[in-house]
Order: sequence, then structure tokens, then C-alpha cells
Amino acid sequence: MTSSIAQSGERATTRTAAPEPRTSTKGWKALPLPVRHLALAALALTAVLGLLLATSDMNALRVATVGYTMLAIAGLQLLVGGSGQVSLGHGAFMMIGAYTMALLILHQPMLPLAVNLLVVVGVSVVAGLAVGAATARLHGPYLAGATLVLAVGLPGLTHRYHEVLGGSNGLTIRTAGAPPFLEGIVSTTAWQALVVWTTVVLALALLATISSGRLGRRMRTIRDDETAAAMSGVPVGRTKVVAFVVSAAAGGLAGGLQVYVLGTATPSTFTLALSLTLLAALVLGGIGSLWGALWAAIAMVHLELWASDLARALDLSRDAENNLPIVFFGIVLFLVIRFWPLGVHGALQSLRTRLRPTKTRTSTP
Amino acid sequence: MTHFINLTLNGLASGAVYAALALSLVIIFQATRLVNFALPAFALLAVYVAHTVTQLTGAYWIGFASALGTGLLVGAVSERFIVRPIARTSQLNAIIVTLGLLLVIQGTVGMIWGNEQHGFQYAFSYVGRFSPASVFAVAAVAVVALLLFLLYRFTPLGLRMRAAAHHPEAARLSGVRVGLMLTIGWAIASFIGALAGMLAGPPFISPNVFDVVFVFGITSAVIGGLDNPFGAVLGGMLIGLGMSYVSGYFGSELATLAALVIVVIVLSVRPDGILSRPTARKV
Amino acid sequence: MLRGRRGITGTAAVLTALALAATACTGAGEVGDNGAVDLDVSTGVTDDSVIIGSHQPQTGPAAPGYLPVSQGARAMFDHINAQGGIHGREIDYRVEDDGYDPATTIDVTRQLVMEDEIFAMLGGLGTPTHGGVIDFLNEEGVPDIFPSSGALAWNNPEEHPLTYGWQTDYTKEAKVQGQYITENFPDQDVGYLYQNDDIGEDSQAGLDQYLDEEVVAREHYESEVTDLSAQIAELERSGAEVVVCSCIPAFTALGMLEAASIDYDPQWVVASIGGDTQTLQALLSEFTEDTDAEDVPADAFLDGTIISTYMPRVEDDEDEWGQFFTAIYEEYGETETITNTHVFGMMQAVMFAEVLMANGEDLTRQSLIDTLESHEWNGPSNVPFASSDGDHGGHEGVFMVQYQEGGQIDVIQDPRVTDREGGEIEEVSVEPLSPEEMVFHD
Repeated sequence: MTSSIAQSGERATTRTAAPEPRTSTKGWKALPLPVRHLALAALALTAVLGLLLATSDMNALRVATVGYTMLAIAGLQLLVGGSGQVSLGHGAFMMIGAYTMALLILHQPMLPLAVNLLVVVGVSVVAGLAVGAATARLHGPYLAGATLVLAVGLPGLTHRYHEVLGGSNGLTIRTAGAPPFLEGIVSTTAWQALVVWTTVVLALALLATISSGRLGRRMRTIRDDETAAAMSGVPVGRTKVVAFVVSAAAGGLAGGLQVYVLGTATPSTFTLALSLTLLAALVLGGIGSLWGALWAAIAMVHLELWASDLARALDLSRDAENNLPIVFFGIVLFLVIRFWPLGVHGALQSLRTRLRPTKTRTSTP
Repeated sequence: MTHFINLTLNGLASGAVYAALALSLVIIFQATRLVNFALPAFALLAVYVAHTVTQLTGAYWIGFASALGTGLLVGAVSERFIVRPIARTSQLNAIIVTLGLLLVIQGTVGMIWGNEQHGFQYAFSYVGRFSPASVFAVAAVAVVALLLFLLYRFTPLGLRMRAAAHHPEAARLSGVRVGLMLTIGWAIASFIGALAGMLAGPPFISPNVFDVVFVFGITSAVIGGLDNPFGAVLGGMLIGLGMSYVSGYFGSELATLAALVIVVIVLSVRPDGILSRPTARKV
Repeated sequence: MLRGRRGITGTAAVLTALALAATACTGAGEVGDNGAVDLDVSTGVTDDSVIIGSHQPQTGPAAPGYLPVSQGARAMFDHINAQGGIHGREIDYRVEDDGYDPATTIDVTRQLVMEDEIFAMLGGLGTPTHGGVIDFLNEEGVPDIFPSSGALAWNNPEEHPLTYGWQTDYTKEAKVQGQYITENFPDQDVGYLYQNDDIGEDSQAGLDQYLDEEVVAREHYESEVTDLSAQIAELERSGAEVVVCSCIPAFTALGMLEAASIDYDPQWVVASIGGDTQTLQALLSEFTEDTDAEDVPADAFLDGTIISTYMPRVEDDEDEWGQFFTAIYEEYGETETITNTHVFGMMQAVMFAEVLMANGEDLTRQSLIDTLESHEWNGPSNVPFASSDGDHGGHEGVFMVQYQEGGQIDVIQDPRVTDREGGEIEEVSVEPLSPEEMVFHD
């Protein structure tokens, strides 16, 4: 499934300069880009459905988690990889989306989910616009610093307005499960995972389309050289704000989906650590393609689990066992960046190019 | 009025800590154009070493010295063996590696010393409105800032360090060992980070104790101007005082939001910090 | 090839449309009724073991304060297993680290329930964290025994029939505190210092039933901001002679230090969650030891501090259970010294084991619930305990102790129980069995 998304992502970025997939036919290529992205999204969804049917209910939750995490990271990727703006406050937009969703479900329970998600996107766009406009003149570390404080400061609002936002206990909601005609066939969690992925692939298709369109090109010009971009007529300020808005919308939508799945929004979920991990995972996965966002999301969800299992198998002291997952993530991060500067995706790509000649040689002796 | 004076004094004391962290960040930024996210972990390691040494020897100042020594060492080692190989590939990657380093050190501290909380004493008595401990914090940071200024401005080492940071190629041609200068820069920065840890650690330490403090350190560096050590000190004081007033007059839950507001206001007027050089960038 | 892809794509597209249509017409917050779950199961129970799960912060900012809870429970289960277990079954106590992040709590709880297949959840820690999984546990039919939190939400048998509270809820405790203050410190000015969440909110709801115009200051703190200077200065300025601290131990200690630093010496009244004198003492003495700069011994901070509690105290030489827990922890504990937060976990373990023992050999989730609801509690605490059909409230009140110079703890008021509304406060006490008399292992 995701190979298709990734291919679209590759095409969308100039940096990776991936070759056109060989399997594509003339008919396929003749289709307009958005249509292609949508078809690929549908394909991705089919794969997720297959995965859900094949695995346990436990995995359904993690599949859903990977889904919304990937969307959040993809949004960040558009900003960092696309326009070169490094934001350390992406968790803040997830939080805005999450609380919007929770408030909607609490106070307007009859609203359908699709409407909720649209409202979440709307609110996130407004937030992104505000933050983007306020930070449009900032560069590099100054932008990073400002967004970092946003991520740390925003949860303070939940304490200030704790009648509405629930203080440190946050908001707890209950969401509807599978529709009646599917009851018994699909578990609630599997259904939620499906809804999450439906939203995610649609959003990713949209992100890919944006990224390969005029806006994407403008963003990359700015990333490569802001002065040159300005001289060649790219509206620098506006493009940067728009990039911020798109990224915020993706982050907010991801937060909304998270609440839909988990049923709870609390300030202790949207910590500094979350924002930093999102960026770190993005670099780990590979910054140049949507594939990277997928690896990043998988790493964020699963690395610590593997590390916990490892810690248990090693029979360490309690203190060591507890802290091993943290150390493990740090070491993996270092090793990947040290030996694969383009992240996991970059490594896989170079592996593929290295394997391909061997393949042709063996097939045509 | 007493309330105002109290808040001012509290703000100055915490501002000193932010200023020290900001100084550390600025030194590294000047040398390698990186924001060092591993700084709170350096401070953490130093403080835990101090804790153990103090308990073993029974002498606070031996612990204090060993903390600063740990700072020097861990900074130098990190630059030489962790950051330098990465910094060649990409700046963002190098920043992310400092994040990885943060996790590794924090986790290792948890492995060795446990995640429980430990009591950790001040250098001097904390009793009093503006206690000897607070006076020490402000004075120590002031002295360090002054020494830094003298180092950079008046010593050959300082000159070489500046040359290595700003014009590495030219410096190399004129015989400066650029790599060594970067390592020294990191060592000095972590030394100051360790000092900040010793000031910010008490009364209780645990593996995540510096996370929030560090954010305000970055904030201070950013509003002061990442290129200017004096900016770092100014930024630290501004954040320290601002947060103390807001927390005292409006409620502690707004303190971090206050920092956010200060950043937005300052950076909207001066996008590269208060004391940045105006020629830094043009679009 | 092409046709195959189109086929799949077509199916997926239809599916997408279907999914969207379905989500588009039902309200996202409209939840249907769930069918009853089957409790006549023995998930996690074998002939020689029972799997018990818990979620606790083992790393992250909340870990320092709460780590001892699981350490204590584990030590107690190790002791029980060493004695031969319960009806021949060893307790397999599995703790998952949630870092106090509710999103992680949900993941690890599912893992415990679905992969580890735990028999029951014991002592899941934290209000925001446990609040996110309480529905799930009840829907899955997993007994949710003794959550480690004093929130009011746990005692709701209608909605959460499988959840049984443990800690005295914050409002009940605060009512007893309020009454104690009016009786023993009449006409003195009172200040509140509280954590800005349900701890503070529920505590004030109780205190305010007894205190009114005496209250001269209400100061709160955020658990992320480790600075109380402004709050303590304000309490001093207001002239509060009694300060009620509804705080966790780190902030109790911080508050006392801040007060000492400005020469402010109010009568501290500390709630059970922050009144772990052993932890406070350890923190404060580590803080002051070996310094020539400090002239205040650790005890001086705590002298005369009044604490409301429902647990045996390790400092009390005459408390059989306190001494018993200390002995067990010395043998099985991970850390050197026992604190009253360890006792918290150890007591949960003992009481859970007691129910398993009373249940007999045939163990199902339903039989556990039945045993729990009909169990006559007599210890380790002398505060009455509710786990009946209609009341899942756990400890029903508190007694008051005072810290004396030299580290001794004196009981200054016997247990009083009350409800969380406007009901009376009554003196009721149980005579706890001694550790030797109580049957909680083979």
C-alpha cells in the first residue's frame, strides 16, 4: 500500500530525484495527478484493511496509532523538508486538534465524525495561520525556539480554563463504534483504525498533490535559497505562511484522530517530548519522502515496544529495564543518522539501486 | 511593594540560571551553528556526579568541582565523537543527534541512579529573602560572563576560537586547528551548562529535572540573539523577571505562556534577537 | 496486472465510500449500549499462577514520586510467593510503564489485557491516566481493583461496576481536615496550598464545608513548575497561621523549604498524598546533610506537621503493620529504605491477596467480584473500607497524626469517616487483625 504513497511522495520532491516507477503504464500516467493520488490512497487503504483482518485487536490500536502519527509527521515533513522551516511545536497543533475534537464530541455529540474532522481542520488552519504569520520573519533556530515555547506554553491554557478544558485530567469522551450493520464483523478498534486510515490516506493524497504542485515548487525554491526565490518572484512570506498552515492542518487532524481513537485528551500527552520526538522520528525515517513519514511513525510506535521486550529478555535490574527504551531510541537515532544521513528511506533507496543491476545481470545471462 | 521586590529578586535568581544555559547555547551556536539539545543532559550528568561525589567525600565543593569537570569532559567528548561526524552531513541531522544524545544520557542517568528523587543541596544557605544561594547564582553567572568576554576579546585562544567559528577556511590556512577550537568551545559551553545545573538542581533532582528549565534557556538565547553572549544574559534576565511577575500577579499556570508572549513580542520586533547584528540577513 | 490493480482499487474505493458514508451519518459521540460481558472466566489464572497487571509511571517527570508504589507491591508479592503463593498460585505481577501519559496508558493497558491476558488490574496509577482506561477495563470485563488515586470518579458502581476505589477520596479527607482545624485551631487564619487539578478542586470542596471566613489565601501550583516562592510569599503576606497543603510530597517539601527560607512558620496540615513523612524526611535530610551552610536539621522542617492518613505508618514503633511492612521491604525491596509510599503499594497487594485467599481455590472474575463485595475488612488499616454492592469507595475516612521531634509519629485523632456530600463526620474505627492473624497467603 504505502509503496504507492511513497512513490507519489518521491515524485513530489526534487531532492530524492527518484526514477519514475517502471510498472507505470501510459494509461496510468495519463491520469491527472490528483486522480492518481486518490487511486493510490484507495490502494493503501485496501492494504490496511488486509492488515487489520489478519491481525489481532491489539494491533488494530497500533495500526491506528501509526496512521495518525504518520499524518502528523507528514505535515511536519511538508514544513521542514518542503519549505525548510524547522518547527519544534508540532505537538501544539496536535493538541489544538485533539481538544477541538474532544469538545465537539462532548458538547455536540450528534455531529457526524466527518463534520467534526472538518471543523478540526478549520480550527487548526486558523491556529496555523496565526502562528505562521507571527513567525514568518523568523529563521532557523529562532523559529525553532519560538515554536518550542509554543509547545511548552500551550498546555498551560488547559489549567487556566480548566472548567472548559478539564485541567490536568483533560477531557474524556466516548465515541461511537462500528455502524450497526458491521457489528460483530469488525471490532470497535478495527473500525476506528479503518476510519483513521481512510482520513489519513485522503489527507496524504492531498498533501502529495500540494507538494507536487505550484506551492510545493515554491516551497522548495525558498528552502534552497530564500533570496533567489524572492528575486525570481516567489512570494516568500505568503508561501511560508501557507506551508505552516498546511502543516498545522495535518497536525491538528492527526490530533483529532488521536482523540477519536483514544477517547481522551490531556495536557500530559502533548508534552515537549512529543514535539521533539516527532521531529527526531522524521529525520530518522527520512525527510525527503512520505515513505520516510511511514518509517518514522512505525519507529515512534514500535521502537519502544521492541526495546521493552528486549529489556525484559535481558533480565536487567529494574532501573535499567525501565530506562532501556529511552536509551535504545537515542542510540538507534544516532546510528541511523550516522550511517544513513538520509534516514531509513534513504538507506532503503540506495539499497534498491544497488540491488537492481544485480537483478538484471542474473535475469539476462 | 514588598511583593514586587520579592518577585524581582526571585526573577533575578532564576534568570541567572536561564542566562547560564543561554550562554552555553550561544557559545555552541557561535562555534558550530547548532542548537545543542543535549545541554540539559550534560547538566544532569554533572549534577548526579556531584551528588555522588559529595556523598562519598562529604565535601560539597569537591562535588561542585567534579560537576564542572564532568561538564568539560562530556562536552569535549560529545563534540569530537558524536556531533562532528554528523555535522558534516547536515545541520538538521546534527541537531537531531544532540536530541538522541539527550535521550541516551537521560536514560543512562536513570539506569545508574534510578528514577527516584534525591535531595540536593544549595552551595550556600537558601534562607532569606535574597538568600546567599541566590546571590551566589547571580554572581557566578556574572563572573562567568565576564571571563568569557575576556577570553574571547583579549586572549589568543579566544581569537583563534572566533576565527575558527566565523572563517574556518581562513583560520585553517593561518594555522589554527579548527577542530580543536570547536572541541574547546563545546567543552567551555558544557562547563557553563554544568554550572547552570548546579545552580538549578537544588533542592531536588531527578532525571527530568532540567527539561523545563532548559526550554527557558533556549528561549532566553533566542530573544537575546544567538550570536551574542550578552544577549543571552539579557534574555535570561528578561525571561526570569517576566515569568516571576506573571506567576506572582496572575497565577503560576500562566508563567510558560508569559514566556511565549515575550518571545512573540521580542521576535516580531527583532527577528534575530535583541542584540543581533542588523546585517545578519537580508531577503 | 492492470486489471487486478483496478479490481482492488475499485473494491477499496467502494469501501472508502462506505466507511465515509457510515461515519458521515451517525453522530461521533452517540454511543450505544454495550452488552453485558461474561465474567465467569478465569483469564490469566492457571493452576500455579495468577497474572495481575498495573500501569505505573516508571520513567518521565512523574516517576520520581510514584515509583515506590509498584516497588512496594512487588516486594509484597515476592513475599507472598515465597510463602507458597495463594492457594498454590504464585502472583505474576506485571507493571507496564506509561510515563504518566494517558495515551501510553491506553496502549499498555490494552497490551496487558489482550496480550498478557491479565486476570485483573491492580492499583492503576493516576487520575488522568486511569481515567482513560476505566471504560475499556469495564467493557472488557477486567476487574479494576484499587486504582491509585483519590479521585471521586472511581466510586460509580452504576457506570463502572468492576472498578473498586481504594484511596480515601480527596473530599472526604478534606472534610475531616476542615473539622479538625475548626476544633483545634479556632479563629486562626487558614491558607490553602493545592495542586491545580482534581486534588485541589475536590479538597477545597471538603475544606470549605467547615472553613469559611477563616480562609485568607488560596494558592495553587502546577506540578510542572517547581517553584513555590510566589505562593509561599503570598501565604505569609495573608497572615495564614495554618496552611493546608493538598500537594504531592515533592511540593510539600518544597513548600516547607520555601517557608523556612523566608522565616515563615505556619502550622502545616498535609493531606495523605503529600504526607509521606519518610519520603519528606529522606528528601530534606539528603538536602541538608554534610553542609556547613545549613543550620536547620531535616526534622525541624517537619516538627509538628499534622497529616491526615488512612495507612499504617513505618515510623510508628507501635504500629504492627508498619513494622511488618518494614521487615518485608528490607528482605524483598529494591531500594534501601522503605517509605510510606511503598506502604501504599504493599497495602494494596496485601488486601488484594486477602480477597484472593478468601475467594477459595475456584477463581473466576465473577467470584473475585463476589468475594470482594461480601468481604469483611479488618486491616491493615483501622479506617473502615467499602467495597460493597452499592459503594465502591475504598477507605472511608482518615485519622490524624502529628510528626514529633526525633521522627516519631503520634496519633492525635482516631479515624473519622464521612461521605463526600454534606453528611456528618462520625467516629468509626475497626480493630485491624495483626499481620500474623490475617490470612493472605498459603
